[in-house]
Amino acid sequence: MLTLSWVLPLAGAVLLLVIPNADGRRNGLIRWLALAVSILGFAVTLMLWARFDPTSGDFQFVERVNWIHIQPTLEIDYYVGIDGISLLLVVLTAFLTPIALLSSWEGIEHKVKEFSILILALDAAMIGVFISLDLFLFYVFWDAMLIPMYFLIGIWGYDQRIYAAVKFMLYTMAGSVLMLIAILALAYMYSDGPGAGTYSFDLLKLYGLQIAPQTQTWLFLAFAIAFAIKVPLFPFHTWLPDAHVQAPTAGSIILAGVLLKMGTYGLVRFAFPLFPNAAVTFAPWIGGLAVIGIVYGALVAMVQPDMKKLVAYSSVSHLGFVVLGICAANVQGMQGAVYQMLAHGVSTGGLFLLVGMLSDRRHTRLIAEFGGLKNAMPRLTAAFLIITLASIGMPALNGFIGEFLTMLGAFLWDPRFVVGAGLGVILSAVYMLWMFQRVYLGEVTNPKNTTLPDLRPREWASVVPLCAIAIVMGVFPALFLSPMESSVQKIVERLHVTQPVTARLERER
Amino acid sequence: MSFLSTNIDAIAPMLCVILGALAAMTAEAFRRKGEQMPIGWFGMIVLAGAALSSVFLWDRKLVAFDVIAADNFGLFVSLVLVIVGLLTVMFSSQVIHRDGLPAGEYYALVLFSIAGMMMMATATDLLVIFIALEILSLAVYVLTGIRRDNLAGTEAAFKYFLLGAFSSAFFLYGIAFTYGITGSTRLASVGPFLSAQSMSQNPMILVALGLLLVGFAFKISAVPFHMWTPDAYEGAPSIVTGFMSTGVKAAAFAAFARVFLSTFEPFKEQWAPVVAVIAIATMVLGTVVGVAQSSLKRMLAYSSIAHGGYLLVGLVAANQVGKAAILFYLLVYSVTNLAAFGVIAMLGAKDRPNDSLRDYAGLWHSHPALAALMTVSLLSLGGLPPTAGFIGKWYIFSAAVSAGYYKLAIIGVLTSVVSVFFYLRVVVMMYMADRDTAHVPSAITPVGMAALSLAIIAIFYLGILPAPVLDLATKSIATIF
Repeated sequence: MLTLSWVLPLAGAVLLLVIPNADGRRNGLIRWLALAVSILGFAVTLMLWARFDPTSGDFQFVERVNWIHIQPTLEIDYYVGIDGISLLLVVLTAFLTPIALLSSWEGIEHKVKEFSILILALDAAMIGVFISLDLFLFYVFWDAMLIPMYFLIGIWGYDQRIYAAVKFMLYTMAGSVLMLIAILALAYMYSDGPGAGTYSFDLLKLYGLQIAPQTQTWLFLAFAIAFAIKVPLFPFHTWLPDAHVQAPTAGSIILAGVLLKMGTYGLVRFAFPLFPNAAVTFAPWIGGLAVIGIVYGALVAMVQPDMKKLVAYSSVSHLGFVVLGICAANVQGMQGAVYQMLAHGVSTGGLFLLVGMLSDRRHTRLIAEFGGLKNAMPRLTAAFLIITLASIGMPALNGFIGEFLTMLGAFLWDPRFVVGAGLGVILSAVYMLWMFQRVYLGEVTNPKNTTLPDLRPREWASVVPLCAIAIVMGVFPALFLSPMESSVQKIVERLHVTQPVTARLERER
Repeated sequence: MSFLSTNIDAIAPMLCVILGALAAMTAEAFRRKGEQMPIGWFGMIVLAGAALSSVFLWDRKLVAFDVIAADNFGLFVSLVLVIVGLLTVMFSSQVIHRDGLPAGEYYALVLFSIAGMMMMATATDLLVIFIALEILSLAVYVLTGIRRDNLAGTEAAFKYFLLGAFSSAFFLYGIAFTYGITGSTRLASVGPFLSAQSMSQNPMILVALGLLLVGFAFKISAVPFHMWTPDAYEGAPSIVTGFMSTGVKAAAFAAFARVFLSTFEPFKEQWAPVVAVIAIATMVLGTVVGVAQSSLKRMLAYSSIAHGGYLLVGLVAANQVGKAAILFYLLVYSVTNLAAFGVIAMLGAKDRPNDSLRDYAGLWHSHPALAALMTVSLLSLGGLPPTAGFIGKWYIFSAAVSAGYYKLAIIGVLTSVVSVFFYLRVVVMMYMADRDTAHVPSAITPVGMAALSLAIIAIFYLGILPAPVLDLATKSIATIF
């Protein structure tokens, strides 16, 4: 069942591969087929959710098969399972994939087959990242995911696409290879200790390792930098604006919606629980960087003339909240962080989708080119407003719950961080609403904008689910908070139990 | 052991190949002008015979003439060499007709050099290793310059020959010193003799060790003995480059591992730091200089230097994991690199090699299948999952980590990120640049396409389900060290 969630899109990709389409005559068939596969994949993840037991914080739907077993030295399993956190992220991934495919229905004209194959392959690899419980398997998915994304940016992107694609690939790889060394070191420590000569990459076994604080520091840094690049945490964020701006709309949606979450997910699942002592030591520093990122991202977003770049920098700012919540390392903070991951996936995915629609119509994304669009396209304006408000954390929409919980968590941890983060909230309202005002309100300044067509049926199909989810997440947060609650609790307990007693006492004082 | 009572079975794989080579030569001699002979097919058959006999010899530990040991280690490398040979012959079928190369001589030389390589991988006597080295080297020198009317090819062959002869002299001198110290060239008697000695007692050992090391380093083109590599690789016909960058390296590494990990094992403390430094220099230079190349063949030449560096890391780490990692990596690297050179060879034309990066612009549009196959091999060379290259590198580096060589592992992974940069340059050209040259390569033969497909299947198989082969590598190396 769980395996199906990533094998299905992959099988779809292979199916598309064997359909001959050299002259592009079967583009229609391929588009529909890819969409059908991705929706089917989404249905599978919903079924997982339906059968998920929210009261348990353990991994569920666990599947374990021997993969690379070399007697007596090596034990690598195909080992997957999900808890509440990964469940929601898997659902998010499978939810955004059909939307990404829909967003490129008309925008992508050439090589439709290859495009659809890559999107489905990317879908499979991303789900694989979230469900892996074996560090080796995780790393395989983590790195394999780069390849389709690289091609998506590099082939179907805008003018600077090659630079952006290569930068994206090298930046991420540079971080992740150091993590590979750390993973190998962990497996070695396991074989040296409880494994008695056998290398294992089993996450749950590695959780149990007692690692000296000095070693923890190094390993934690190797993991944390890999994830910080992915998030991206200030000052590792420079690849993001390039990749986002140059990527095609579908690429941006997936990049912002899911890929960035892989970084924060990695912190929650691997870096913090594996090295709790180092995590507690470094949390204030990372939290500080997160706050800097929140404010910096917001300030830079404010002055962007390009809508896509603005949304890209807003991601830097919003992901800062997620990291801050994780660093708080209490239930509120962590829950807020995970909630914010989902909310950001929906709202920023939506923003990129809508900006992509404007850009498809006008072939420009400069704010100055637009103005008064509400007259020509009232429906698109309404959708954009909902998503904008969701993004800035308006109550009753999804962004609010996440930001509120992370800040609550951060406040319980150390109120100083909340000051900066609160500034970020205000700034985000400023830059988002200002953009909305300049693009949609006022008089039509550019005659080209008077005759733009409003939402088409296909676009409705991609916009409505996003807006609906944004509202549902804002009104019924319990729906999403309850499945992850016990999982989050478990991780937080792990962080506190293993923490040295002195540090805990100090905190309580 | 008398000469007649020896077990000749142990050299059966080699014998198959040598007989095939002789037959190819004879056929060429009796060929009427213009007559077509299926020499390539014949070569494939004898290679298959070599593979079969290697499989039959598995686990039997036979020894012939006291100097050739068909142990599992040697047989594993022999099988790798058979794969290299098969792919080379399959790719060559297209190249030979197109470039008008003499088929009989060409295949005979390929088979002779494979026989030499197999001998090198199974020899247990320093002098026999030397003879094997010469057999394979002479054949490869000629292959490098087989296009006699081609200036670059002749220059490459000459350079390769001069430097190769030079390195052989080093190697031979090392053997002489070893003989002087121990009174034998058999690895089986040199080893115990040396382990009874210590370096301080006999500094001559250090000289012998150093000279042998230089000889091997030349053959695997380790820095600073790599100078011949880019020129020879660039000048040779593309498919020959693929052949020598994989076959020669595999054979040389097998002998290197056998000599240094068994015979000179007692002195590992002395040679390991030196080899570690060489490994770092090789990885760094190979990747950094590779970035600056505009010819694909030259770029892959530097990349193959870098891959030699990764193999050296395995040699330095040399615990149980490291030894198996060397064998596995040799297989992975051979298949992958040969596939990449196969694509280059197929895209070449008689009058121009089509090997500059610009020649690959827009290949995706004209030859989507070739572009995809090239991409897979390049990603595998760069070590990205789910390809074989990833498993190979991961295994090498895990050996380094578990042996405590963190620095080597870190430098290794960082250089592979840099190498991904230049592999991606080719991918960028193929997929993201517009066509600007009228690039019309000759039609691709089905045999060549089949070889490429086999190589790609192998790359994915070894990348996704590596366990059986890794297991085999682990077991085969455990038998001798």
